[in-house]
Amino acid sequence: MSQSFLDQLWTARYVIMSGLGMSVSISLLAILAGSVLGVFVGMALVFGGAALRFAVRAYTDIVRGTPVLVLVLASYYVSSAVGVNLGPFTAGVLALAIFCSSHVGEIVRGALQAIPKGQTEAAKAIGLTFTQTFTSVLWPQAMRQFLPAWVNTAAEMVKASTLLSVIGVAELLLRTQEIISRNFLSLQFYFLAGALYFIVNYGIERFGKYVERKTTLPS
Amino acid sequence: MAKTILDIRGLRKTYGQHEVLKGVDCAVQEGEVIAIIGSSGSGKTTMLRCINMLEEFQGGTISLDGEEIGYHVEGTARRRKSEKEIARQRALTGMAFQQFNLFPHMTAAENVMLGLIKVKKMAKFEARAIAETWLDRVGLASRVDHYPGQLSGGQQQRVAIARAIAMAPRLMLFDEVTSALDPELVGEVLQVIKGLAADGMTMLLVTHEMRFAYEVSSRVIFMNQGVICEEGNPKEMFVRPKTERLAEFLKTSSFN
Repeated sequence: MSQSFLDQLWTARYVIMSGLGMSVSISLLAILAGSVLGVFVGMALVFGGAALRFAVRAYTDIVRGTPVLVLVLASYYVSSAVGVNLGPFTAGVLALAIFCSSHVGEIVRGALQAIPKGQTEAAKAIGLTFTQTFTSVLWPQAMRQFLPAWVNTAAEMVKASTLLSVIGVAELLLRTQEIISRNFLSLQFYFLAGALYFIVNYGIERFGKYVERKTTLPS
Repeated sequence: MAKTILDIRGLRKTYGQHEVLKGVDCAVQEGEVIAIIGSSGSGKTTMLRCINMLEEFQGGTISLDGEEIGYHVEGTARRRKSEKEIARQRALTGMAFQQFNLFPHMTAAENVMLGLIKVKKMAKFEARAIAETWLDRVGLASRVDHYPGQLSGGQQQRVAIARAIAMAPRLMLFDEVTSALDPELVGEVLQVIKGLAADGMTMLLVTHEMRFAYEVSSRVIFMNQGVICEEGNPKEMFVRPKTERLAEFLKTSSFN
């Protein structure tokens, strides 16, 4: 049995690796795009005028109140229904990026609002413009503040990437299911997939801890 | 005849229905050290914050070296100046805050250098040299590369003063700079301010330290309910207050 699992594993090694590669790519793209968009969402929530704040607030609340699976399905089927053929990969990444942006947006908002008002006032008092204040004073402080929560979101995105299997993206979970349908070693291969997801997320968490240590201010 | 640096006329500030400043007039000559005293809610801090547009104001004018601060005023129409213009004007005054407000992610030197590099467009080495000079002046030559979290309150406040003064402002504003300090740390900060006064820096100090106001200021302004209630020479005012309000205030304050 164990021998046959290793045999099957060896046979399936490239399939598993391509599935893992796909999962990592999906997650990475979604995290990157979602974080960039999320920073703007967060800034809009803190610095925007009433109308912009209202619109962005509606966006984050709707996205956060919707199951990710629904977002993934909607992104895929609605886009093709209205004639934009995104393909499962792009549609899936888009859905995850939108989901990610609403979470990152909230995290950024919280981090920016946690900075004492005096910081902005001191920056203004020495004559910094808004942009200078943001890049030199607010952002570096907000980043330290939101790093732990951001790492958490990144790990969530890796987990959410499994949902793309339902629209036929050949990521790790779908690949695993395909392998199992051939050799029926469900316990072993699901366990393997679980272990691989764990390793990726553990890596993200370690990386986050490392950056946190690097950026901690001496006191 | 000394030159007028700051000219405040009919300054009015409201928060919704509540009028905090009800028409303040005040002219400041070059080299004057003015202590602004008064009970909390009298509008003294608000007035100080209007001078560098940390507070918007609804009426009157503030001019610094003949330049209108914050608003274009033509007849009865007033329009807020552009953010960029206001940022430039803010750099003309320096301010030290009750809570220091040092940037915690920067060393003492970097705190001082930020404005020099970003606003005055200096090269890094130039800014560093100025930062070291001023940190030395406030007695922190050995703390140049320390982060705010590694400094005592008094040391932080001295860095904050160095940060403001390094920008070579026309006018320094001090907003209750010793109020958040432990009593034993107050002296070192007041010493720095005294040094600046001796250099001829024009300063406005909102303070609760009556003894200090008495010793260092050339003029005292007593504010009450949004107006200047009494002003004059500290030697006169503290000893023989003309108004009932000031007499009462001095009785309850720490000066005796």
